[in-house]
Amino acid sequence: MADLQKRAKTKALPVKTARESGARAAKKEVVVPVSTWRYTTVIVIFTCLFVGLIGRAVQLQIVENDYLQSQGDARYLRVQKEPPTRGMITDRNGQPIAVSTPVDSIWMHPATILRQQKEYSYKELTKLLGTSLRDLLEKAEKRKAREFVYLKRHLPPQLAAKILALNVPGINKVREYKRYYPAGPVMGHVLGFTNIDNEGQEGLELAYDDQLKGQAGRTQVLRDKMGHVVEYVEQLARVRHGDDIALSLDARIQYLAYRHLQAAVKKHQATSASLVALDAKTGEVLSMISMPDFNPNDRSDLKSSRFRNRSITDSYEPGSTVKPITVAMAMDAGKIDSDTIIDAEEGTFFIGRSRINDTKPLGEITVSEVIKKSSNIGSAKIAMMMKPRDLYNAYRDLGFGQTNDLRIPGEQRGILANRKKWRPIENATMSYGYGLSVNTLQLARSYQALANDGVLLPVSLHPVTEVPKGEKVFSKEVVDKVALMLESAVSDEGTAPKARVDQYRVGGKTGTAHRVVNGKYQDDSYMSLFAGFAPISDPEIVLVVSVNDPKGVDYYGGLVAAPVFSEVMAGALRLRGVAPDAMTKPEEESELKLMISRPVAVQTSIPSSIVEGGQ
Amino acid sequence: MFRIKVDMPLLFGLMLLSVSSLFILWSAGGESSRLIINQAIRMGVAVTGMIIIAQIRPATLFRWTPLFYTAGLVMLALVLLVGDVGKGAQRWLDLGVIRFQPSEAMKLAVPMMVAWVVTRKSLPPNMKNLFWATSALMVPSMFILVQPDLGTALLIIMSGALIIFLAGFAWRHIAILSALSVAFVPIAYYFILEAYQQRRIQTLIDPWSDPLGSGYQIIQSMIAIGSGGAQGKGWGQGSQSQGDFIPDRHTDFIFSVFSEEMGFIGVLLLITVYVALVARGLYIAYYTKDTFSRLLAGSLSMTFFFYVFVNIGMVAGMLPVVGVPLPLISYGGTSMVTLMAGFGILMGIHNHRSLMSR
Repeated sequence: MADLQKRAKTKALPVKTARESGARAAKKEVVVPVSTWRYTTVIVIFTCLFVGLIGRAVQLQIVENDYLQSQGDARYLRVQKEPPTRGMITDRNGQPIAVSTPVDSIWMHPATILRQQKEYSYKELTKLLGTSLRDLLEKAEKRKAREFVYLKRHLPPQLAAKILALNVPGINKVREYKRYYPAGPVMGHVLGFTNIDNEGQEGLELAYDDQLKGQAGRTQVLRDKMGHVVEYVEQLARVRHGDDIALSLDARIQYLAYRHLQAAVKKHQATSASLVALDAKTGEVLSMISMPDFNPNDRSDLKSSRFRNRSITDSYEPGSTVKPITVAMAMDAGKIDSDTIIDAEEGTFFIGRSRINDTKPLGEITVSEVIKKSSNIGSAKIAMMMKPRDLYNAYRDLGFGQTNDLRIPGEQRGILANRKKWRPIENATMSYGYGLSVNTLQLARSYQALANDGVLLPVSLHPVTEVPKGEKVFSKEVVDKVALMLESAVSDEGTAPKARVDQYRVGGKTGTAHRVVNGKYQDDSYMSLFAGFAPISDPEIVLVVSVNDPKGVDYYGGLVAAPVFSEVMAGALRLRGVAPDAMTKPEEESELKLMISRPVAVQTSIPSSIVEGGQ
Repeated sequence: MFRIKVDMPLLFGLMLLSVSSLFILWSAGGESSRLIINQAIRMGVAVTGMIIIAQIRPATLFRWTPLFYTAGLVMLALVLLVGDVGKGAQRWLDLGVIRFQPSEAMKLAVPMMVAWVVTRKSLPPNMKNLFWATSALMVPSMFILVQPDLGTALLIIMSGALIIFLAGFAWRHIAILSALSVAFVPIAYYFILEAYQQRRIQTLIDPWSDPLGSGYQIIQSMIAIGSGGAQGKGWGQGSQSQGDFIPDRHTDFIFSVFSEEMGFIGVLLLITVYVALVARGLYIAYYTKDTFSRLLAGSLSMTFFFYVFVNIGMVAGMLPVVGVPLPLISYGGTSMVTLMAGFGILMGIHNHRSLMSR
């Protein structure tokens, strides 16, 4: 340009000569020459403008390049996340009980939505989303500074595809996974649930969140103004999908137990109930049910109290269900044997000023009969043969007052108070299940020791491949004898004939404990319990049923909890393929032998419970 | 024997720009061949028009100037009465066959008319003559200003004012007019400019005050230019451009795309081509022997550069956004036809420089 100016000056001469010739060309007009300095002025001004432009280009492209580059990057460089699939949870047979299904969430770029509201009516969009235009614009206005705002979460992929097909700028989808629980309420308490962002909130979903959730893949991408990915720059992290987790639970037993416990709760109008089934030989939890239940697939309007896994969160006084433990302990210590005679008095017995009652006067009975008839006085007297600390230690060894460390949130340890000085009455009541509290899982575990030759195993929610050594709590001889006592308790003369299972020898103990409400024992409110195992000849399954506050005349464990035990045990034994050990009932023995030779009659001898159990 | 004559240096520069235009449009327009073909067709039409105009003698041009100007003025008035509204402004006149923007024609008609007025009488112009010249300039400008099309009005005022100045406008008059203009600025700002135009000026002062609203265009554009750096990101590789972060990127803001992808070196080359064209125009003006032609050639050349300056200044955040395309690079037909016609006039003046003196 400067060059041009120079030229303008040097060319001034021809311009002057042009004056005269120009005069002739413009005919009549008197032409006065255009002054050169005016041209020069204009050229100088334009040179300044030119220099200004170049200067601006230098400023933007050279001086501020880094800053503007980073501003630019901030506008289009994004880290895109690829959501990991949350691990599947299966039962012990590989059946899926918690799965992640792909869903799509619709999101918007608010500024774009607002900008084009004159051009687009959003009619189709709002219709498919099930919202109104006003709501949409309001939402966009409120978050217009953001780049990503969810419009609708977890839509079926087909619907999301339809919305995307409308091709509205500023509307996009993102792939997400929604947790689905095929078993619904049956597994609800054990599994817990996740929130909408796939984070574990309760139960195993929370306990094993780290394993289940995996890690999102991260990719750096270039995105255009509408949020569409234009280019993939580099992968920062590969997606790591969550690990699958197998549980020791058996979905079939779980379902069966759920059905029967639910029916019992309904029938007896109970406040709550829980049930735990353990594999007697491995300590695996086969079933864990809690009532009231909830459906983890739809928990929009449920109180959180329903989410409680009462098998582990609610502790109660176990009542008579611990009597076999008292007896086993005394036998182990060599103080008594099955046929030792205990004086159960005439229904009442005083320790100091405290009175212990039995339901009816039993007089002099054997230790077996203490269990069979569930004598409080009998077990109190057995307990008094030993030091109070022995009973405490025995309970302690069985895991009372400690958690089972299942990692499920909310697990309670119950109460097992150690005392410096035990009063005789405290010792006595503890022998028949008052003054300590346990949860259903703890109770089931203590029975597992009785069922497994006196070896206590840790409980596990996962399939056990190698059975741990466990802890020898009682000798085999003792528990064999106690098992027979428990079997007698379900005989016709025992407290729980309704707990029996056809074709299998079962044993168990009822419990009917007064409930404590506001620190006081209630006269008319009970905890109805039944704990037992089967088959007696070689126990496979331990089952504890606890029904809280059954209403009506039937509140005894033998009437409320025992029938549930019977139904669930019958089904579980069959599902687990346990060989029957009582094909013949003693009184039918001769008849059955005859029947075997007449195949037609075998059918009639198949007990109805098997048919029912198969349902 | 009639011989088609063109000015080779001008033609070469224009071809260089046209090729650059198609090249950058491919990238800015989302690689749409439809866009390229449209633009190429317009270029063909515009260049043909230019070559035809280049054959017209300045004397003929001089004779037809009043008629051309009057016709333009009538159409401008018609636009205000019956014109089509496009992008919020009344600029288009539908002639049945083609849609036409009379303000574009006035970009040529006004400097021609002003030059015609001042050269009819002796130079420097007296007060009466000056009044007529100013009227010939201001009346159409006002018409265009109320359309509203501030950018075109400013360019037209610029082209006419240049002629008046070059023709020998007395310094004391300039002083008076400057004082009046300065006094007029606040009045214009508050009473004549529309709210959106005021906002554009405020935005210019501090675009970062509203980065998602009124400052958005300018900020995005500056970011694009700045992130081009010295060497640019390469053709079709501008992440701001390709990510659709630049508004109107194939029309008014095409310079941002060019800068991001071609870098400072590209910008320097582009501006050099523009300056070369202007220099050639001024060269033609110097070598012309009649006053009308010289004034017109000077005005057309300078206005062309002013055009470039306004667009780049606006895109680079130095001037308010007034909606002026980048000459011969931006996508769009009307302004290209006008510009090429202007270069046609320049060529005509050069072609017939010897004829005039005969």
